[in-house]
Amino acid sequence: MQTNNLYEGQKLALKYFTVAIVLFGAQLLFGLVSAIQYLYPGFLYNTLDFSIARMLHINALVVWLLYAMIGAVYWLLPDEAGVEVVGIKLGEYGFYILTAAVTVVVLVYLFIQVGGGNELTLWLITEGREYIEAPRWADIGIVAVVLVFLYNVYATVMKGKHTGILVVLMADLIALAGLYLAGMFYTDNIAVDQFWWWWVVHLWVEATWEVYVAAVGGYVLIKTLNANRQVVEMWLWIEVAMMFGSGILGLGHHYFWIGTPEYWWEIGALFSALEPVPLVGLFVHVLYDWGKERGKGNTIKNTPAFAWLTVETFGNFIGAGIWGFMHTLPQINLYTHGTQWPAAHGHLAFFGAYVAIVISAIYLGIQGKAGLKELRMTKASWYAITLITVGVVLMTVSLTVAAYTQTMVERAIHGATWEGYFIAQANQWFVQGMGWRLASGLMVIVGYGFLVYDLLNITKKQPAEVTEGQAVSA
Amino acid sequence: MEERPTSVWSSNRFWRRSATWVTGVSAVLLIFLTFDTIAQMEMGTAKDIENKVAKRIPSPLVINYKITYEMNEKRGHEVPIIGGKDANGNSKFEEKEKFFGRDDYSEKEATDLIHLGKLTIQAKNCMDCHTLLGNGAYYAPDLTKAWLDPAWGPDGALQGMTNSKTKEEAMAKFLQHPDKYPTHERMMPNLGITEKEAKAVVAYLKFMSAIDTNGFPRNFGKIKGAVNANK
Repeated sequence: MQTNNLYEGQKLALKYFTVAIVLFGAQLLFGLVSAIQYLYPGFLYNTLDFSIARMLHINALVVWLLYAMIGAVYWLLPDEAGVEVVGIKLGEYGFYILTAAVTVVVLVYLFIQVGGGNELTLWLITEGREYIEAPRWADIGIVAVVLVFLYNVYATVMKGKHTGILVVLMADLIALAGLYLAGMFYTDNIAVDQFWWWWVVHLWVEATWEVYVAAVGGYVLIKTLNANRQVVEMWLWIEVAMMFGSGILGLGHHYFWIGTPEYWWEIGALFSALEPVPLVGLFVHVLYDWGKERGKGNTIKNTPAFAWLTVETFGNFIGAGIWGFMHTLPQINLYTHGTQWPAAHGHLAFFGAYVAIVISAIYLGIQGKAGLKELRMTKASWYAITLITVGVVLMTVSLTVAAYTQTMVERAIHGATWEGYFIAQANQWFVQGMGWRLASGLMVIVGYGFLVYDLLNITKKQPAEVTEGQAVSA
Repeated sequence: MEERPTSVWSSNRFWRRSATWVTGVSAVLLIFLTFDTIAQMEMGTAKDIENKVAKRIPSPLVINYKITYEMNEKRGHEVPIIGGKDANGNSKFEEKEKFFGRDDYSEKEATDLIHLGKLTIQAKNCMDCHTLLGNGAYYAPDLTKAWLDPAWGPDGALQGMTNSKTKEEAMAKFLQHPDKYPTHERMMPNLGITEKEAKAVVAYLKFMSAIDTNGFPRNFGKIKGAVNANK
């Protein structure tokens, strides 16, 4: 254990990573419960109903990704800026407050579940708005902790070097935090409610989070392949232009059917689905440069991080880009909106765009913690990445089969009636899709087991030349 | 490279400026469109109904009226029709319909019902099984036009199952004790919804069915001739 060589900010990052991985496990567990309930609806009925399991599934996802994202920033911040994180003590308090708050929220979700139809429920139990169900007291806590985090990032960069990666992150994080405020109020008008709700959900996952990924992805390339910083930063700006250029007004594809004016049809259709293209560009460019120089001692410095970045690059393009575009045009979305289509897209997109990159960053943290110059994949790393990736891809394909069936039977044939809904849900192809989804979900869970094992043991399982080389250089 | 780029396409400065401009222009456009959209999405009032103005989001007073969902040739899709249709295919706001035995709810009474209904919908996490306006989870049917669904109508199974005479009575009874009515293998859990809350939720469902959703869901009920009877 050589944690003494780390910045304090990086030690804090490791704490964030630890909680993130635990919450990742919770996400999978509640996802499993929900997947079982699709096939066996009596499972935990009136005890842990689908609504609660599913809420925990998606909330755990959002929160663990945020933990990992904050962790990754604390990891790269002092390294990039070349100075210790300013306000590290505040950051530590923020971490413990946030973790305590998350624990309380989860316990309330699990054991109290729902409340009466009044404001008190919204303040203390749940706000009942998908993805951002956290009660209002927790919202305020989250904003306070994020303000501390922003202060730390800004103050540190002001004191240290202003690299392109940090400048992009600074601008992005302030937008990311500010957008959360759009989701913190109540209105009786459900259309206006959903209008602002999408400001948070869309402008997070399809704009600010994407730019975050681009910045962290650039950092991972520099760390693993020793990529040329000029090239990385050039692509980073191209990505910002394309992601914000398409993502901000791409918000329109959520405004087709919620009581909004028709002009959003054209705007939403026009600006969607260009976002992940440049990410592939950056990756291919850097890989090409690296390939030209190969054999001159420039090995990949962290193969598991690099492997996960590869999954990220193509997972983002396919999951967010292709699977998103498949149902984003209003002419198609009229029939697919509110079916399993967004579920199919969501699983691959969140995995491809976000899960893979933060796991990549966590492997960088593991390498740094052990003070190794190089980290190589072990058998467990391979099992983890293969089982998780193949599992999520299979899950997406299964849900896509179910989605096609639902769209055809419920929407096209039965005109979206309740009867049509239940006929489609009982259709054998739909049920088969749900069956394969459960099976592939189990595969992901086994992969998660390998991932946790690997994160705990990988530094002890490195080949002799890596650890010996380390001893010589140290 | 930074100081003397071989071409503008590999100049970081060029891309940084492009990114800033593109982001700025997009954000300004979004803010401008948001002002326009929010103005168009204001909830209607008693005055609107008096003046026969159809708002995208209607007044809570629509619970006093008959609501249908019919093809509008001009717009090319179905639209909500409140209180009967005139010769031009627009809402007349004339034909009333009893809701729990009354069709004279005052603006305050209707607004209070909608308020409690919306709070209850959030407090019970409806959106984590159902979709509302198509958003939410996919474990249970979409609620956007639930009020108009044939399953709850006179020919549907649910009025008989709950021993009710009207749609609203059937819905309210079901919501209070969903686990007593085995509709499908996948059943709604008991969420402790009170009688008052159930009535308010049903009012909200009626109100929501009158929101102009640009034709979503398409061909609603075309097989059963739910509303737009093209049998």
